[in-house]
Amino acid sequence: MPEATAPDDDAVRIDLISGARMDGLTSMEKIRLILDTVRNGDIVVLEEGLSPEEESKLIEVTMTEISPDDFTGIEIETYPHSHAKSGGILGRIMGKDEEAKKLTVIGPANQIETLHKDENLISALVSRK
Amino acid sequence: MGLLTNLRDSISRVTDGLFSEAEPKRIGIYGPPNAGKTTLANRIARDWTGDAVGPESHIPHETRRARRKENVTIERNGKTVTIDIVDTPGVTTKVDYKEFLDHDMEKDDAVKRSREATEGVAEAMHWLREDVDGVIYVLDSSTDPFTQVNTMLIGIIESQDLPVLIFANKTDLEGSDVKRISDAFPQHETVPLSALEGDNMDEVYEKIAEYFA
Repeated sequence: MPEATAPDDDAVRIDLISGARMDGLTSMEKIRLILDTVRNGDIVVLEEGLSPEEESKLIEVTMTEISPDDFTGIEIETYPHSHAKSGGILGRIMGKDEEAKKLTVIGPANQIETLHKDENLISALVSRK
Repeated sequence: MGLLTNLRDSISRVTDGLFSEAEPKRIGIYGPPNAGKTTLANRIARDWTGDAVGPESHIPHETRRARRKENVTIERNGKTVTIDIVDTPGVTTKVDYKEFLDHDMEKDDAVKRSREATEGVAEAMHWLREDVDGVIYVLDSSTDPFTQVNTMLIGIIESQDLPVLIFANKTDLEGSDVKRISDAFPQHETVPLSALEGDNMDEVYEKIAEYFA
């Protein structure tokens, strides 16, 4: 759901989507928002990432939309897992998924390439459409 | 007549109970493309049933549809487990038919292969949420395990509370580094093996019997 259009065809738009905005969407609405943006050749940066269930559905839906010479899929990057789950059992009972609270970058597979990733930095190269 | 019917019903209930207890566990073999999933599935199937599961190849996405080998009974150290092995296509977030052209494939065949691969991956992801009782996650120990797909897949498996064993395959290759895999996923047991050469299969079967029995 774009609010602004790119000034010219060569530009790459980056949508930085807050956790609050994603919280108000169903899983399928989140996936639709991501894939519609990425299929338009733009990059999505999610403040809080997706749950494992949503990631699984994102891969599944992405696969059903891949088509030759049109859409080859997505590149997705999140900071590596921290194995110390501060939420623990209580967090899981309360429905808090600490692992989902990670900034995530998603873009078209043919335009975005990850150059470097560590616990604090994702470095990506984005080519024009 | 009534007595016989009752007796038959009782026997049926008992045997139904026994069979449901003994129902094979569906163990999905997951991992990225070219990790050696089908080679491992074939090794296990051949060792315990004499039959293979499917063809192996160095071309990515040789397995485009999940293949199942049913009722594979594995016995080790007094433990017995009967499993249905589900060999799945390599999970990825992108499939480009052009990468198949590098393997001397015509465009039509490459497009067909990529279509089948995407359908297979979608199916495998659906089954991971709905249809498997445990997971064998196969990684190529000669490549970097810190990929987003691996991290996501392990997270998805953990969120389903499925028992998972990580197999560090291809230990016969020169660049193999099993520690890199165990360091990447320290919360799970990592078993080194070469499915191609049949190295360390005793421990593989021991762990399968232990984890999935």
